[in-house]
Amino acid sequence: MAHGPATLADGWVKYASRWLFTTNHKDIGTLYLWFSFAMFILGGSFAMIIRAELFQPGMQLIKPEFFNQMTTMHGLVMVFGAIMPAFVGLANWLIPMMIGAPDMALPRMNNLSFWILPFAFAILVATLFMEGGGPNFGWTFYAPLSTTYAPDTVNYFIFGVHIMGASSIMGSINIIATVMNMRAPGMTYMKMPMFVWTWLITAFLLVAVMPVLAGAVTMMLMDINFGTSFFDAAGGGDPVLFQHIFWFFGHPEVYIIILPAFGVVSQIIPTFSRKPLFGYSSMVYATASIAFMSFIVWAHHMFTVGMPIAGELYFMYATMLIAVPTGVKVFNWITTMYKGSLTFETPMLFSIAFVILFTFGGFTGLMLSIAAADIQYHDTYFVVAHFHYVMVAGAVFSGTAAVYYWLPKWCGKMYDETMGKVQFWIAFIGFNITFMPQHFLGLAGMPRRYADYGLQFADWNMVSSIGAFMYGAAQILFLFNVVRTITHGKPVDKPEVWEGAEGLEWTVPTPAPYHTFEKPPQVK
Amino acid sequence: MLKRAQALFLSSLGAVLALVYVGGANAESAPSQLNMPQGVTEVSQAAYDIHMIMMWICTVIGIAVFGFMFYVMYAHRKSRGAVAENFHENVLVELLWTIVPAIILIVMAIPATTALLKVYDTENADIDIKVTGYQWKWQYEYLGEDVKFMSELRTPQDEIYGREPKGEHYLREVTEPLVLPAGKKVRFLITGNDVIHSWWVPDFGVKRDAVPGLFTSAWAKTDKPGTYVGECTELCGSGHAFMPVVVEVKEQAEYDQWLADKKAAAAEYASTIGKQWTFDELMVKGEEVYNRSCAGCHAVNGEGIPGVFPALKNSVIALGPVVEHLRVVVDGIPGTAMQSFADQLSEVDIAAVIHYERNAWGNDVGDITQPIDVLNYKQAK
Amino acid sequence: MSTEGNYYVPEQSKLPIVTATGMGILAFGAASWVIEGGSPTIFLVGLLIMALVMYKWWSIVIDENMRGLANDQLKKSYVLGMLWFIFSEVMFFAAFFGALFYVRVFANSWLGGEAAVGIFDDTPTDAAAANNEILWPGYQAEWPVMVTPDQAANGDAAMFKGPEQNMNFPGWSNLLSWLPLWNTIVLMTSSVTVHIAHTALKNDNRKKFNTWLGITVALGIFFLFLQAEEYIHAYQHMGLTLETGIYGTTFFLLTGFHGAHVTLGTCMLLVQWIRGLKGHFSHEDQFGFEASSWYWHFVDVVWVGLFLFVYVLA
Ligand code: HEA
Ligand code: HEA
Ligand code: HEC
Ligand code: CUA
Ligand SMILES: [Cu+2]
Repeated sequence: MAHGPATLADGWVKYASRWLFTTNHKDIGTLYLWFSFAMFILGGSFAMIIRAELFQPGMQLIKPEFFNQMTTMHGLVMVFGAIMPAFVGLANWLIPMMIGAPDMALPRMNNLSFWILPFAFAILVATLFMEGGGPNFGWTFYAPLSTTYAPDTVNYFIFGVHIMGASSIMGSINIIATVMNMRAPGMTYMKMPMFVWTWLITAFLLVAVMPVLAGAVTMMLMDINFGTSFFDAAGGGDPVLFQHIFWFFGHPEVYIIILPAFGVVSQIIPTFSRKPLFGYSSMVYATASIAFMSFIVWAHHMFTVGMPIAGELYFMYATMLIAVPTGVKVFNWITTMYKGSLTFETPMLFSIAFVILFTFGGFTGLMLSIAAADIQYHDTYFVVAHFHYVMVAGAVFSGTAAVYYWLPKWCGKMYDETMGKVQFWIAFIGFNITFMPQHFLGLAGMPRRYADYGLQFADWNMVSSIGAFMYGAAQILFLFNVVRTITHGKPVDKPEVWEGAEGLEWTVPTPAPYHTFEKPPQVK
Repeated sequence: MLKRAQALFLSSLGAVLALVYVGGANAESAPSQLNMPQGVTEVSQAAYDIHMIMMWICTVIGIAVFGFMFYVMYAHRKSRGAVAENFHENVLVELLWTIVPAIILIVMAIPATTALLKVYDTENADIDIKVTGYQWKWQYEYLGEDVKFMSELRTPQDEIYGREPKGEHYLREVTEPLVLPAGKKVRFLITGNDVIHSWWVPDFGVKRDAVPGLFTSAWAKTDKPGTYVGECTELCGSGHAFMPVVVEVKEQAEYDQWLADKKAAAAEYASTIGKQWTFDELMVKGEEVYNRSCAGCHAVNGEGIPGVFPALKNSVIALGPVVEHLRVVVDGIPGTAMQSFADQLSEVDIAAVIHYERNAWGNDVGDITQPIDVLNYKQAK
Repeated sequence: MSTEGNYYVPEQSKLPIVTATGMGILAFGAASWVIEGGSPTIFLVGLLIMALVMYKWWSIVIDENMRGLANDQLKKSYVLGMLWFIFSEVMFFAAFFGALFYVRVFANSWLGGEAAVGIFDDTPTDAAAANNEILWPGYQAEWPVMVTPDQAANGDAAMFKGPEQNMNFPGWSNLLSWLPLWNTIVLMTSSVTVHIAHTALKNDNRKKFNTWLGITVALGIFFLFLQAEEYIHAYQHMGLTLETGIYGTTFFLLTGFHGAHVTLGTCMLLVQWIRGLKGHFSHEDQFGFEASSWYWHFVDVVWVGLFLFVYVLA
């Protein structure tokens, strides 16, 4: 195990087999991160097609049928292909280093979890080129549009989701086993870095809800091909049943997306405030209660299906309560900055933007949770604006922050601060131009998943599209920054990289050696 | 270096302001609305009120939280010589910022609950209307009155595909709007025929999913006559954006007149159903019906969408015996998107469209299908 | 537990990527198979790859263990892995049980024009009543659903017709011919026998272990045989199929997935039995067997739920 990893200099066969057959958590982390970035570009390209079509009223570039496929694929690819793998990649890179473990608990299964993903997404994307086209029923694939009324290719979607789910379950079991079993001596649970905590809890969520998603698509499969009637009232089933099952998965899913982001930000803000994280233990409890609550609020996505009023009231109250633990987190971050010694490097800028914009998105979420008002908001662009604030300015911003923050540790080179800041400002401004107007559009009555719209929505749609192109350009700059750092960055040689950084990962040499902590460190 | 970043920032900020300005300036041609409409019913008013309350609460909390944050970012920056302190806990403030938001929320729950009770108050309605969502149109049935009709988009394809300038009511016009009397409590019983749709009229504060096989209910009562436009808000396939809702609220007398006319027209239609149409008359009528009701799936040229919707040009059914063709259109093909059109189209329309399909795009069967044939087929069942 | 310093991190391995490839082919093949006119060829290729690579993978793991590479900490990782895997399986069944409860408690009463029993009697009854008056006239909410809403409203033209008979308790006089009861007895017994085997192993009584594990496997196979009988009977004599509305749907899906898990569990125990015959395991090193037995107990518990909610409580 002493020898280093193969490089290009060892010939491409060796180099390729290093990545294909690897069991090293850092290699696998890198694979995840690049895969997720590729998917981000793909999902982003779909978004660009959507925004280009919506630039003006009328159908200009594509047919409505294809528009629906773009919306669906955009949602699916972003959620399952870009954001989730990005955080799994970070988990792979960082968790073993943060808890002082030699690697992940089950290294071969780790590699398996990764390599399933390219196959799953190849199957999913391939449907776009098949007769009947890709999935066209939204990322929430409500029955019966996704069953009786779906193109045959829905079967590829179903099995694609199946193996993707298997990948997620294995990945999270691995993380749970690593955190529970591989901590260095002295690394008690309440000493673990927040990022590890948030991931542990996320992994619980994943193991609990991915099988439910598998159940949902299995029921679809049966209804489509084998004559069952889960989602058909004629046989005694109910289409709304699908929504309950989907959202029992779907709501925890959105916290699966955001909890690791909370973790990232909880690492970065203390560093650049040069001050320990405020309220560590309340952070842990808040995260756990958010996760717990996420299981009991799902039907707030279904306020208009005509549930009995008792159900509606319950889901409204429960949803509102989530603001409390989330608020605790926001207040803790800000208080961490209070009386610190702040500097504003790129990762910090993205983290601060995260706090502001995520909170903003949380506020609109709270508005959505008021059932009587949600009757007006539901399925309009107001919802689209809400979830892009929490998911793009939340998950994507924190992911970007994480890459800037740990990149020097990974590759031993420092990125260019100016270019980082330029990217930040373009992204920040572009983001707001894209999604702020969508609140107005939604309130004024523009429904989501619309390929075309009335003239009264024309102005804000144009503004939003222009913002989207700007935000897209920022992503190209991001890619450029990262690649340039790897090829031309200024070498860093001290272990701690950042002045205020705390944690085991900053005690190993920079760049982090291929194998770290083969002898466990002693944590005081 | 940093100067460059700042310059870039400022110029982008300029760009934003310019854009917002453009957004506002165009507002005169077509008013860009920014906020939720207050609407014309008790429910829409309640939704608006609770929306505004929530917005203000969030704004105030937002100003406090972000205000403090910006102060910290300004005052405690290293470049101003701030030195970090080392505290990391304070039970009192932590308790406080758990309890205070919780209290705010509990207080909020009160108006939120009363508003919701209004939404569910569907008892004691004066009129019941059954609303059915079809791919991609609405059917309205006045229960107990024997009046029902389809309401579908009137905007021509040419406007949508940019071959003609868009009219003033682009995508907000239908063949026949729903008509309601002012001052009466109307209950909507909403369901879907194929997939789930959602019937939304913002000004009524009514948005209810149209779930196939089950009813949901909603209600509206307004004193203000006028035209109210809404949309389908649940993804329902490729025509999702093209099935608007238009409601006309009329004074009671006008409404009664309208209802009487409607019934008279139905009687008149029934008396002429035996009329024999000529080949060409049917072709003209058929093309119109086809383009309106069938072309969405089977395409204007009859070629369908491969793999999703079959071509009718040269199809076995269209060239085969007419009973089979009648069966498909009148009964639909269960378990597929090809639904029954018996309730959606009149006998005349069905006869015309079948005739058209059998004789257009090079399908020349040459036979004639008369309305009476359709009626006979229906009655034979 | 914390890191001890000689945790076994395997070298590069070809297993994962071959497994992933097999899985991809399997999924793609399954999809193209279920589509009308599809063939199972690709699916079978995927299955073959998966079977081979899994065999290889477990052989390697067992081999590593025999060579003493796996220290206690690694074994604990395996334990955690297995337990959380079983938890994920529990959640998979939860989805199906949830569906069953939902249709029984809510959907069925709404379709029958009533408020949902017990829990929410404040359902807006106008909508529920309309369901029954306008959409599904004549439908009576009952469980099991013997006449589907479609059938009640459309008679012979209905697409979904209910079953002729159901699997509920047939009355005391027919008790002995009621297969589910036998199935329950068989499976419960097997849970006991696997436990006896476990105790025997802990006491290093190899012979007893082999015998009782063998009996467990036999019981597992017997259970599957009975279930196959039950299905054949349902299809041939009871008019109860997958297509007979929501009762047939939930009945076959719940018991069917359980059966699939019994099959898997039986295979796992069978492998452990063969290993036992070969002399693997000792009183302190028996993870493979223990994991399989946990799985077996899990399958048992699910059956108890099924027996109650699918067969008994009407
Ligand atoms: C990262 C993902 C993420 C996150 C974190 C959230 C967070 C929240 N979401 Fe969101 N949501 C989505 C992703 C997310 N959501 C997605 C993807 C959809 C659409 C799915 C689809 O249909 O396609 C959606 C839709 C959605 C709906 C359905 C809308 C509809 O379709 O009609 C609702 C309704 O209740 C909702 C509510 C909330 C709430 C209450 C929170 C809360 O967690 C927010 C809590 C945070 C705060 C409130 C801010 C900070 C708090 C303070 C500063 C404390 C003080 C504040 C007060 C007391 C006011 N969300
Ligand atoms: C975390 C998930 C995530 C992320 C990151 C994004 C990112 C973006 N989304 Fe996302 N979106 C969803 C999740 C996400 N979305 C979901 C779940 C839905 C609901 C789907 C449904 O209704 O079923 C949705 C729906 C949705 C809609 C509504 C579609 C509809 O209702 O019909 C729109 C419309 O504007 C939109 C826009 C965008 C844009 C502009 C971005 C941008 O942030 C993307 C930026 C990235 C790039 C642009 C890629 C990088 C650059 C290039 C590829 C180079 C080319 C660039 C140029 C030409 C400038 N999204
Ligand atoms: C929502 C989409 C949709 C609409 C609208 C629609 N159809 Fe169809 N139609 C279908 C589908 C899907 C099929 C194929 C069903 C199957 O799988 O057998 C079909 C099949 C047919 C067939 C049989 C074709 C063949 O050769 O198998 C005929 C004839 C037909 N439709 C006529 C019509 C007419 C007439 C109208 C309008 C009055 C119409 N359709 C509107 C979706 C639609
Ligand atoms: Cu009908 Cu959307
Ligand atoms: Cu949610």
